[in-house]
Amino acid sequence: MSSRREILDLLRENARYTTEDIARQTDFSVEEVAAAIEDFEEAGIVRGYQAVVDWGAVETEDERVRATVELNVALDRETNYGDIADRIAKFPEVTSLRLVSGDYDFDLEVEGDSMREVSHFISDKIAPIPEITQTVTHYIMESYKEQGMEFGDRDDDDRLSVSP
Amino acid sequence: MTFEPADRVDQVPPSGIRRFFELAEEMDDIISLGVGEPDFTAPWAAREAAIASLERGRTSYTANRGKRELRERIARFEADKHELPYDPDEEILVTAGASEGLDLAFRALMNPGDAIAVVQPSYVSYVPDAIFAGAAVVDVPTRSEDEFKLTRDVLESSGAAEADALVYCYPNNPTGATMTGDELAEVAAFCREHDLVVFADEIYADLTYEHEHTSIATLPGMRERTIVFNGFSKAFAMTGFRLGYAMGPPEAIEAMNRIHQYTMLSAPTTAQYAAIEALDSCWEEVQEMTSQYDRRRKYVLSRFEDMGIDCFEAAGAFYAFPKCPWDDADEFAEALLQEEGVAVVPGSAFGEGGSGHLRVSYATGLPDLKEAMSRMESFLE
Ligand SMILES: Cc1ncc(COP(=O)(O)O)c(C=O)c1O
Repeated sequence: MSSRREILDLLRENARYTTEDIARQTDFSVEEVAAAIEDFEEAGIVRGYQAVVDWGAVETEDERVRATVELNVALDRETNYGDIADRIAKFPEVTSLRLVSGDYDFDLEVEGDSMREVSHFISDKIAPIPEITQTVTHYIMESYKEQGMEFGDRDDDDRLSVSP
Repeated sequence: MTFEPADRVDQVPPSGIRRFFELAEEMDDIISLGVGEPDFTAPWAAREAAIASLERGRTSYTANRGKRELRERIARFEADKHELPYDPDEEILVTAGASEGLDLAFRALMNPGDAIAVVQPSYVSYVPDAIFAGAAVVDVPTRSEDEFKLTRDVLESSGAAEADALVYCYPNNPTGATMTGDELAEVAAFCREHDLVVFADEIYADLTYEHEHTSIATLPGMRERTIVFNGFSKAFAMTGFRLGYAMGPPEAIEAMNRIHQYTMLSAPTTAQYAAIEALDSCWEEVQEMTSQYDRRRKYVLSRFEDMGIDCFEAAGAFYAFPKCPWDDADEFAEALLQEEGVAVVPGSAFGEGGSGHLRVSYATGLPDLKEAMSRMESFLE
């Protein structure tokens, strides 16, 4: 018997599967799939649907510059991690923000049209936040895999077209 | 003096698959549902272990029976997963694919004139292997009304009682049929009554979707008369590594090894290293592939239902075996290939009982599968 979790797995595999595609691959009816997806969306379990883009394959003038930034912060009695995160996450330039264990506190991902734009954003908007004590910026030079998808040459299907 | 094929080679009928392969090869851009191997590549950890073994210079022969570390792991795996305890020293032989194991078993254990009952439709090598071994073949055609399961009725009416051995594969290629423990019990009783040995090709044992696989060797009185064949080609998606194994009583494995040591020496060394890693760390990937196959299986069966194509609920391997909408399945498959660029294999290529059906492999990603089903649908309209 299928579980609703399977619907999530299938959407993660390919968000463009139609409800019908999902229904056929599981034991759910089309209506059940549609209802489950609606529930996921309402409960904030599914937050959105996005394409996985290999920017390296896009024409140069449309290129996006991305960087990951290590952030260290100092907490005080009035300010916790959540408060700081709220302020940072509001910037549209920030594409992901995670609290992590280890040498630094936040792992930030920033996107912009140029290196200049990204640098300015970090120095003008992020670094001045009072609780932030240190930023270390790493520009992403090449991306090999994003969200489980490899960006290398696609494996050609080299199987014989008909075999026993 | 010219070379002529020996009589026993000449006796082997031409392969129906081969003919279809040639037709398909002439065309560009086809979607093939005619492939008998996984579309996944072997798990990376296994591939990396193969590379590492080469870097360390592990390029020699191994023991005839296979590396002991590998046999130990196979023994543990089979005991855990299929309730098949076999001794790694005496009861397991590592072979170049299950294919080699089957050939060895027939040649090592059958005398000229002995008869092998071959359950059909089935994987294509049993009949030729029997001929190479000088054994006679008794066709045992299963029936579509039994969903291609092997029944006592079929065994009795085909004359299998007179044979010396029975060979089958369940989960089945080409039908996708599986056998439950209860259904196998009937077969086991028949084999004990008529003193048949059993060659059980269980290469698809881990690709089942409705019930767990049961090996006939786990049933009372069967271990001593059964050789079980398995390998890394299907569940682990390692066809090109050419690695399999046979398990059976010590005297049978010893006899098979007597041929193997001269004809093969040992199974491919690099592949043995990959297989050790596969058994150590790749089970999760096997499960992920299995759940993908299951989804595709459901997808294909549901599309067939909507198209009005009659297909039983195939529960294993990666094949569905629908009834052909036309009377002549060969003609249908050829027309579907030529007009829509979709390859399926006519059931007649797999022996008796397969005609009037099509083998549809779902070892293909969903986007292609979806497109192929839609083309088939418009072809029917
Ligand atoms: C039922 C069955 N047995 C054996 C084989 C061959 O397996 P191997 O690659 O281990 O030789 C196949 C491959 O298609 C098969 O379908």
